[in-house]
Amino acid sequence: MQLESMYQEVILDHYRNPQHKGLREPYEAEVHHVNPTCGDEVTLRVHLAGSGDETLVQDVSYDSMGCSISQASASVMADLIIGKTVKEAMVVGDEFLALMQSRGQAEPDEDLLEDAVAFAGVSKYPARIKCALLAWMAWKDATARALEADPR
Amino acid sequence: MSAGTVPAPGGALLPVELKKDFPLLARTVRGGRPLVYLDSGATSQKPVPVLDAERNFYERHNAAVHRGAHLLAEEATDAFEGARATIATFIGAVPGEIVFTKNATESINLVAYAMSNAATAGPEAERFRVGPGDEIVVTEMEHHANLVPWQQLCQRTGATLRWFGLTDDGRLDLSELDTLVNERTRLVALTHQSNVLGTVPPVELVAARAREVGALVLLDAAQSVPHQPVDVAALGADFLVFSGHKMLGPSGIGVLWGRRELLEIMPPFITGGSMIEVVRMEGSTFMPPPQRFEAGVPVTAQAVGLAAACDYLTELGMDRVHAHEEALTGYALEQLGEIPGVRIIGPESIEARGGTVAFTVEEIHPHDVGQVLDELGVAVRVGHHCAWPICRRYGIPATTRASFYVYNDLTDVDALADGVRQAQKFFGTG
Repeated sequence: MQLESMYQEVILDHYRNPQHKGLREPYEAEVHHVNPTCGDEVTLRVHLAGSGDETLVQDVSYDSMGCSISQASASVMADLIIGKTVKEAMVVGDEFLALMQSRGQAEPDEDLLEDAVAFAGVSKYPARIKCALLAWMAWKDATARALEADPR
Repeated sequence: MSAGTVPAPGGALLPVELKKDFPLLARTVRGGRPLVYLDSGATSQKPVPVLDAERNFYERHNAAVHRGAHLLAEEATDAFEGARATIATFIGAVPGEIVFTKNATESINLVAYAMSNAATAGPEAERFRVGPGDEIVVTEMEHHANLVPWQQLCQRTGATLRWFGLTDDGRLDLSELDTLVNERTRLVALTHQSNVLGTVPPVELVAARAREVGALVLLDAAQSVPHQPVDVAALGADFLVFSGHKMLGPSGIGVLWGRRELLEIMPPFITGGSMIEVVRMEGSTFMPPPQRFEAGVPVTAQAVGLAAACDYLTELGMDRVHAHEEALTGYALEQLGEIPGVRIIGPESIEARGGTVAFTVEEIHPHDVGQVLDELGVAVRVGHHCAWPICRRYGIPATTRASFYVYNDLTDVDALADGVRQAQKFFGTG
């Protein structure tokens, strides 16, 4: 079956044991995103530290409901970007977006994406790309709002 | 058939050779697997006679109807009006009561906007006026198409939206019928068959109460007209809507049926060419129904195709179509019900229920169930199926939905049940 190419072990692991899940204090912005086609939902908070180019993603906490792909993607994302600067995390986010839009054609940068390369197989299934991107879009939105409120 | 009994598989079924009438069903899908199409609730596949009718119209008779002084225009108009007559007969109506639209959604919007437009129309449109203090009643099991237009109408006019709740077993809760539908009610809009639960509510009962208080009744029949014999005269409704593409017909065509005396006094929604009587720079007058509601060059080949679909279904016999789906549904409820962790969302008996089976699988999200089924060639729908309030009512994020039609057979149900077991195996929950 082709299923294994989508449901990589890494994805199933994160789905069963989500990392950094649960909403935490403190935070500068909270957003709620939904996937209107299937009803998947995520509430996500960001906590930033530092200033300027060195502004740090101190914490990403979330509460979510949805399929294995959307749940695992939120977990992998939090794992990946907590501790990075906002600037670095945005680069990772853009690379992940490019991977998801590649229809399975991209050669993902494993150094940059780490566990998130496991989602390469998902990009072959147009109906599931939104699932994989739900948390990432929420994080970008929350970060933009946090920076708008306090440009640091 | 009594509640809870499962018909002897095979007894009431249509012949499996029927599948050969549907070219698409012969194709293979992922990994070269045969296709098991269980998503007819979303849209149906098309038999050769429907495809031929559309093609023949384009090859032989294509012209703009109701205009032009040439032979083709005459033939196209005859084909179009002939289609209207065939479709009218199919639901026990007369041709003058059939309005062609894009789909059921547009048909509902047509009535909702006509009700808004009544505010500025003449005194004859009084029956359609709504405003503060008036109430529109819907149900918690409506497709968004029969909910959002009424929310919007209330927002535009200041009327109040009220709704029937659902019982735990997926039926309409009618315990408050007499208070919900009262002297303030102007219109009751409800489904004739739920596109998620499969439930067929007792619409005659609701219509009778609506009549007592002088309210209009609109039935969303998008999931009933394709699957059971429908006689508009027997239902007690004022309006009934459905889509062509869910009943073996082409996409892009739908129907609004309305009682003639109501269509006569209903203001138009979409205006323009074809629907006018006299146009002057200062203003215009409109054609009688159904033309008043059909502005622009109509979707002609699609009407011809839909009439061919009605002919095809009539030849099968709608009683047999209904019995066929009842047999498949009973078998599916039994097969899925046997799987530990599967929860049917909707009635668990075939009584007053159509061939739509929504379910959840413990600890596996519907999107993931659907993915495994897709891998096996089984096409189902996953999500909230454009009826989000149903999910909220039953405390679930989404469901997997299988929906049956004339071309499905018992092996399709077996493939579905087998696929659910494989999903459980794959995710380690079964």
